[in-house]
Amino acid sequence: MAVSTTSSTVMNNVEAVRATLYEAMKNDDRTIILGEDVGARGNVFLITKDFINEFGDRRVIDTPIAEASIVGIAVGMAMEGLRPIAEIQFADFIYPAFNQIVGEAAKTRYRSNGEYTCPLVIRTPYGGGVRGALSHSVSIEALFYHVPGLKIVAPAFPADVKGLLNAAIDDPDPVIFLEHKKTYRLIKGEVPDGHYTIPLGKANVLKEGTQLTVVSYGLYVHWALDAAKQLEAEGHSVEVIDLRSIRPMDKTAILSSVEKTRKLLIIHEDNKFGGVGAEISAMVAEEALFSLDAPIRRLAAPDVPAMGYAEPLEHEYMSSPAKMAEAMRALVAF
Amino acid sequence: MAKTDTKAHAIERYGLSDEQLLQMLRNMLMQRQLDNRGFQLNRQGKVPFALGSEGHEALQAGAAMAFHRGKDLLAPYYRDLGLALGIGLTPFEIMLSIFARADDHNGGRQFPNHYSSKAAGLLSFSSILAAHIPHAVGAAYAIQYRGEHGRAVLATCGDGTTSEGEWHESMNFAAIHRLPLVMLVENNEWAISTPLHKQMAQPEIWKRAAGYGMPGRRCNGFDPIETYGAVSAALERARSGGGPTLLEGMCYRFLAHSTDDNDMTYRTKEEVAEHRKMDPVPRFEAALTELGVIDAAGIDAMKKDVLRETNEATDKAEALPYPAPSDLYTHLYEGAWQPWQ
Repeated sequence: MAVSTTSSTVMNNVEAVRATLYEAMKNDDRTIILGEDVGARGNVFLITKDFINEFGDRRVIDTPIAEASIVGIAVGMAMEGLRPIAEIQFADFIYPAFNQIVGEAAKTRYRSNGEYTCPLVIRTPYGGGVRGALSHSVSIEALFYHVPGLKIVAPAFPADVKGLLNAAIDDPDPVIFLEHKKTYRLIKGEVPDGHYTIPLGKANVLKEGTQLTVVSYGLYVHWALDAAKQLEAEGHSVEVIDLRSIRPMDKTAILSSVEKTRKLLIIHEDNKFGGVGAEISAMVAEEALFSLDAPIRRLAAPDVPAMGYAEPLEHEYMSSPAKMAEAMRALVAF
Repeated sequence: MAKTDTKAHAIERYGLSDEQLLQMLRNMLMQRQLDNRGFQLNRQGKVPFALGSEGHEALQAGAAMAFHRGKDLLAPYYRDLGLALGIGLTPFEIMLSIFARADDHNGGRQFPNHYSSKAAGLLSFSSILAAHIPHAVGAAYAIQYRGEHGRAVLATCGDGTTSEGEWHESMNFAAIHRLPLVMLVENNEWAISTPLHKQMAQPEIWKRAAGYGMPGRRCNGFDPIETYGAVSAALERARSGGGPTLLEGMCYRFLAHSTDDNDMTYRTKEEVAEHRKMDPVPRFEAALTELGVIDAAGIDAMKKDVLRETNEATDKAEALPYPAPSDLYTHLYEGAWQPWQ
């Protein structure tokens, strides 16, 4: 990470998103924010609060409730030289925009043989643990990580939010920027002052260990760290990797860790079947099968559409530090 | 615009010069010749697919004449050969696309008739209907945001596309922001096999404009001069900050949807023949003859020249290579790329 200053500020994730967007709006008047309630309301999490007053309603666009055209209009802006940052109010609402993301944004450069490009960021809050029910809690990364032409980022820490969002904004291709809403105010951390970027596709080894590799991203990174510390207290050494980027994904970090620990646990909030863990498992099986001392294990959501509103349904759907610790123990003992 | 009276009786010319009228005629003849060539090459087994816009010639020649090259942007769809030609793409560029050659703007990746040219201000688009309309709106927003007066976006689509949600969303947004956009719907009465009455209960698409809070107008798309007048006025309004307009040009699709379609499974020869009486090409030849802009010998010479240019473009494009297999992997993202880093 190229940090231009050594000073830092403590922020939560929502403040980190806000500070980074503010910087982007200040630095480049091609930057346009568009989405539902991003103007006077300042976004439902107050991320863009007061932006409209400072930057005006031409740069902070309260759109009609129409997700397909929020993304589609942003694609047109990007093709014509602006640097739009489109917001989908909740990741669950992104489905109407699927065509514009998968059929259009992801293919603009490719289908025109490089004549047109689509430098676009689509930000959206995702994830559960906030009593978000069926339609305010989903994880959407698996629906998009299959798609060549897209990049997908899911940071867990405020410093990563800033560095990766800056990188996404600078990126000449479309990036889906996933913000776990449970971490918005829960997770605080030091954020370096000044402009810096973290390259997309670079994982972060949060905790070194020798007996087991745990790969995760988003909220579950924090829970996995808690669980790993518990294992540490029990005398076990667990390595925890925060993927940070889902497309591209850091194969080097995963393989070098697995070759050291010889065991792999992948943890994610999204559904297990066809989830990100499936691709990681297949990659490790293809490239490092004979380094493994145990079957690859995935801890992920059950095969139901999303978590229910009722607390027991949400609890059952989601993992927990305790469930993660249990899975870690089982693999370490294998 | 002042009417220019010539020869027999008054024809509203909307200020079009003789030269412009002849350009429009040549565009229409070229459309028909290139359409025909695409279908011929398909029947000869030389290309797997072709699309035609027969019946749309006048509409497109007129609309293209209203486009300001180097200023305006065009967001067309795949039945817009005349617009692509009319804003500056060459028959050779069209043939490169038909033959899917490496030098095609799309590098042979897209179907024929998926025109793209950044230099000409023609926005790349996919085959997914209405997906390009929000792009036109976004581009119009960029023009307005940068304060580029005197520029506008001309977006086109068929009647079928107006059923898509993105079409509606785009019209709504364009009207809210009074964007420099002209939405020209080329109503050819057919969405592949689905006739207009199964697409919409209220068949006059231009009337939807009132619901969005923008002006709407219908024009006779078999008449290139009338279409020019309508598109020109709407574009001028858009360029000067007057906001968007919804135009509906009435035409007809004389050919099947594509070389893979058999239109006799859903409409009759008699219906097509009836509409052929409105064929815009001979009608415009007659109109220009009546105006004294050209005579029969001139038309014949123009047709020969169009055929010559088509033959040359065909031979030149056909002789060029396909993209290399390795070209499959380029231009996905900027720079070299692997999903695994």
